[in-house]
Amino acid sequence: MFHIYCPYCEELREEEEFHPKGQAHIERPKDPEACSDEEWGDYLFFRDNPRGIHHELWVHAVGCRKFFNATRNTVTYEILETYKMGEQPTITAESLANREALGSVQVAGGGQQTVGASNASVASVKGVKA
Amino acid sequence: MQRYSGFGLAKHALSHHENWERQWRNPTPKKQYDVIIVGGGGHGLATAYYLAKEHGIKNVAVLEKGWLGGGNTARNTTIVRSNYLWDESAALYEHAMKLWEGLSQDLNYNVMFSQRGVMNLGHTLQDMRDIQRRVNANRLNGIDSEVLTPEQIQEIVPIMDCSKNARYPILGASWQPRAGVARHDAVAWGFARAADALGVDLLQNTEVTGFKIRDGRVFGVHTNRGDIEAKTVGCVAAGNSGVLAKMAGFRLPLESHPLQALVSEPLKPILDTVVMSNHVHGYISQTDKGDLVIGAGIDGYNGYGQRGSYPTVEHTLQAIVEMFPIFSRVRMNRQWGGIVDTCPDACPILSATPVKGLYFNCGWGTGGFKATPGSGHVFAWTLAKNQAHPLAAPFSIDRFHSGALVDEHGAAGVAH
Repeated sequence: MFHIYCPYCEELREEEEFHPKGQAHIERPKDPEACSDEEWGDYLFFRDNPRGIHHELWVHAVGCRKFFNATRNTVTYEILETYKMGEQPTITAESLANREALGSVQVAGGGQQTVGASNASVASVKGVKA
Repeated sequence: MQRYSGFGLAKHALSHHENWERQWRNPTPKKQYDVIIVGGGGHGLATAYYLAKEHGIKNVAVLEKGWLGGGNTARNTTIVRSNYLWDESAALYEHAMKLWEGLSQDLNYNVMFSQRGVMNLGHTLQDMRDIQRRVNANRLNGIDSEVLTPEQIQEIVPIMDCSKNARYPILGASWQPRAGVARHDAVAWGFARAADALGVDLLQNTEVTGFKIRDGRVFGVHTNRGDIEAKTVGCVAAGNSGVLAKMAGFRLPLESHPLQALVSEPLKPILDTVVMSNHVHGYISQTDKGDLVIGAGIDGYNGYGQRGSYPTVEHTLQAIVEMFPIFSRVRMNRQWGGIVDTCPDACPILSATPVKGLYFNCGWGTGGFKATPGSGHVFAWTLAKNQAHPLAAPFSIDRFHSGALVDEHGAAGVAH
């Protein structure tokens, strides 16, 4: 069960109050009519599907009903931060990799139940570019 | 390959079953193969088998980062059916169904395919309209399918609450008698053993870490056991397909989600068919061992951890107990999750890619097991001939740009 911090309610609430709504920060093309089939198809259907840090949209469906963003690790499921619509994440795969390289933070890599996960995939979980 | 038979069983009984030969070799990787299959689950092994058997391409390697059939092949709820709505998907799944019907003989391996029928319940008027539409579409495509009344359902499954007092009363169901279940592990092992016997190298603990691409053409892969070359590479990696695509430099319209299932303690035979309900979101069958196998829905968020969330389990069990009050005190033994690669239209991708020689078979989402032999069969054809099999052609990745989607959300539903 996730405990998710709603940036509008400013409280930790249980997962069942929320719905995940997919990848965050997707911008609707300003002039859809001007899009090529490729651009429009990419906008509609193609999503980032990283093994590791993912920025996603959630809605506090049975709470304040507001949409907000979350940065979450898709392997450990750790929620690293939540932030309001229109804001940018302070934690990204790149920033984590940099901070870990400096030794100032250790990223949890535990709790995986992935069959045959190798060092390479653990590294990718930690956001290290292989 | 030592053929299995009743006579062989009796012969080995004399030596206390201590001299059975290993089902497949554990070879060291060669430098070069004609075809590399990435992913040693059911679909990958079936692809390798049909490449060797139907197309005479035996210099094939299957690369598996863990062990054979250790991903979704080992985690699904083993249901096989072909009652899909649209012509394209009905043709593909029915192709698989026909292969299932002769699979044990073909592989000389008992995959325990049991055609015990699959029932999809309807709880609302709209459910019933959808069911009638789908049944009619199935019949036009030559797939056995019929609509059942609540009385007929009650006769087939006496323990189900078909009364009008249920929270979501059962108004009817679709019924495919030829559908059923198969032993999931045996499917992987059967294909593995048969492929190995034809000369396919099954390389376990071999993880692909990158592709060797030159001038837009693939010519091999990097692995943790060294580089391996091949002019044709087929990726059949389910939930990890997106990660492989990223290595090759393109994106797939897939999102990976955890999908859960659970089994109960073993019970005496009580349920001899498969019951599923899209509306209340639960489905159930009983194995030969006696466990009730219950499938839950996917978690809505993206995830690669092979486990799911408890609220999803709770919702599923609420639905099961509402349909089967008799199971309210059954204890659950185990619960697990697998990573499913879901497509926007709930249909698979069997396709060439922007990289020449590199093919993907993925996006089976929540319902890939039922297609295992059919998927392998058409994908092997595609790899061997370097062009899409007619049944695979509608499932090209181009459809997400042309708009020719095959929307199977209704038929895919909860039913895996």
